[in-house]
Amino acid sequence: MTDHDLAIVVEGLRKKYGDKQALDGLDLTVRAGTVQGILGPNGAGKTTAVRIMSTLLRPEEGRVEVAGIDVRTRADEVRSRIGLLGQNAAVDEELSGRQNLEMFGRLYHLGARRAGARADELLARFGLADTGKKAIKQYSGGMRRRLDLAASLISRPQVLFLDEPTTGLDPRGRTEVWSAVRSLVGGGTTVLLTTQYLEEADQLADQIAVINHGKVIAEGTADELKTKTGGDRIDVVLHDTGQLARAASLLPGEVRMDEDRRMVSASISDRMAALTETVRALEAAGIEAEDIAVRRPTLDEVFMHLTKEDAA
Amino acid sequence: MSATSVSTTHEVSTAHGTGSKLGWAAADSWTMTRRELAHWARQPVQVVVGLVFPVMMLLMFSYLIGGGQGIEGDFKAYLVPGMLTMTMAFGLEATMLSVTQDLGKGVIDRFRSMPMNSGAVLVGRSVADMLQSVVGLTVMIAVGYAIGWRWHEGFTSFLGAVGLLLLLRFAMLWIGIHLAMVAGRPELVQAVQILVWPVAFLSNAIASPASMPSWLGAIVEWNPMSATATAVRGLFGNPGAGGDSWAATHAELLAVAWPVALIVVFFPLAVKRFRDLSR
Repeated sequence: MTDHDLAIVVEGLRKKYGDKQALDGLDLTVRAGTVQGILGPNGAGKTTAVRIMSTLLRPEEGRVEVAGIDVRTRADEVRSRIGLLGQNAAVDEELSGRQNLEMFGRLYHLGARRAGARADELLARFGLADTGKKAIKQYSGGMRRRLDLAASLISRPQVLFLDEPTTGLDPRGRTEVWSAVRSLVGGGTTVLLTTQYLEEADQLADQIAVINHGKVIAEGTADELKTKTGGDRIDVVLHDTGQLARAASLLPGEVRMDEDRRMVSASISDRMAALTETVRALEAAGIEAEDIAVRRPTLDEVFMHLTKEDAA
Repeated sequence: MSATSVSTTHEVSTAHGTGSKLGWAAADSWTMTRRELAHWARQPVQVVVGLVFPVMMLLMFSYLIGGGQGIEGDFKAYLVPGMLTMTMAFGLEATMLSVTQDLGKGVIDRFRSMPMNSGAVLVGRSVADMLQSVVGLTVMIAVGYAIGWRWHEGFTSFLGAVGLLLLLRFAMLWIGIHLAMVAGRPELVQAVQILVWPVAFLSNAIASPASMPSWLGAIVEWNPMSATATAVRGLFGNPGAGGDSWAATHAELLAVAWPVALIVVFFPLAVKRFRDLSR
C-alpha cells in the first residue's frame, strides 16, 4: 500500500481539553474509496478526532493528513477536498434548503450559475426538490439531515466526514440517511463515519476502528472483530426457568444466563460439534429446550468485551 | 437518489496570489451579506421594530422629556443630531446580539470547514449592518425633518455629517463583533447592554456638558460620541454644546480619529478571535 492509496493518515494524535485528554495517541489509516467506521462510547474522542481531521480544531501533537495534505499547514487545501456532516445540523435554519445550498456553492467558489445548478441537482437527488421556500427549521429531522448531507457534497469531496449522522433520528430518518450514505459509496468517495451504534458500523463500514479513551483499541472488518473476541456463541432457550442453572453447567466455557429470556449462552469454537454435543447433553439430563441456535457474536457483545478489556 | 453524479473530480478552486485572494475575500463577504439580507427578508417585523425603536426615542425626548439640559434656543436643533449619534452607538448592541446568536449555530462549523475567506463571516455581517444603518439613518432624518428639524449648510456638509455618523456606526459595529466573540454567549450580551446606556448618556447627545459638574463635563467632552455629535451639529449648521476645551474645539478631528482608532484596534482583534475558534 503506497501513501497515494491512503485518504487519511493519523499518527500519534493528541488533544487535551483542560484536564481531560480527549485524544491520547490516536493512530488511523483509511484507504481511499472505503468506508471507515469509528466506533466508541460517548466521550471516547470521536468528535474531537473528526473536528481535527476536518480543520475545525488544531491538534496539539501528531500528524494528520487528509487526501495527502497536512491539515495543520495547508488547511485551505484540505477544506476544498472534504465534506463535513457534523453532529448538529450545520445549515442555516432560517433559510430554505435551496438558499443554503446555493450559498454554500458560492462559498466553494463555484460561481452563481453553477452554485444554483448544483443546488437543484442535490435537492433532486436527496428527494428535497419540492421543499420550495420552506425554512429548514420547519423540516423533519430526517429531511434536515439529508439537506445537511447534500450540503457536505456540494464540492464533490474526496473525503467525507460523517459525525454520528443518525444520532437523534427516528428509525425512519435513520433508514433515509443510511440509504443516502450507501448511494455515495462506490463513487470513489472515502467516507469516515463515527457512531455509537454498532449496527450502523456493521451496516455501512468496510473497516471499523473501536476507540476508547482517545485511542484505537481494536481494528478490522466487522467479521474480524467478531472473531477476535471469543468467536461464535450457542444460545439455548428453555421451557422452564428452574432448569437454567443445570443447563448452564452442561455448556462449555464462559456461560451467561438470562432469566428474563429463559436463555443460557456460551462461547464455542467448533459450531457443529458444539451443537450436537449440546443437544445430546440436554437430552441425557432430561432438560427440554425450546430453541437452540448457533450464531456469530453481535457487535454489541464485541464492543462490551473490548471496552471491558481496555478498562482492565 | 442515485450514485451516478458522485465523482472525486476536484473542481473547487483555491485562491492563489494576492489579487485573487482579495477578490475571493470580497466575494465571500458579499455572500455572507446576502445571507443576512435573506434573513431580514424572512423577518420583516423584526426589521421594522429595529427601525422604530430609535424613532420612539427621538419622539420621546423631543415631546415628553424635552426641554434640554442647559440648552438655549431651539432644543430640537440640538437634539436631532444628538439622537442620530446615539442611534449609531446603540447599533453596537444589535450587532453583538446577532453575532453571539450566530456563533452558537452549527452553520458556523460548516463555514469554517470550507475553503472560504476566514474573515468573510464577520465582514459580511458588518456590511449588512451598515446597510441596515443607512436605512435607519434615513428614517431618523426623515422623522427629524417631519418634526421641524432643519439643516442649513448645503448638501456637501450634509453628506459629510452622514459620513461621520456612519463612520461611528462602523467603529461601534466592530467593537460589538469583538465583544460578542469574547462574551461568546447571548446571556452575556445583557451585561454589555446595561453598560452601553451610561456610556451613551455620558455624552453631549442630549445634554450640554456645561450643565454638568466640571469633572463629568470633561469626561463627556472626550467621549467619541460627543465628538461625532458636535462635529455633525457643525456640519448641519445646528447649535452646538459650546465649550472651549481642546476636545470641544477639535471635534471634527476627533470625530474622524476616534472611530478610525477604534476600527484599527477592534477589526483585527475580532478577525483573529474568529480564526482562533480552532484552538
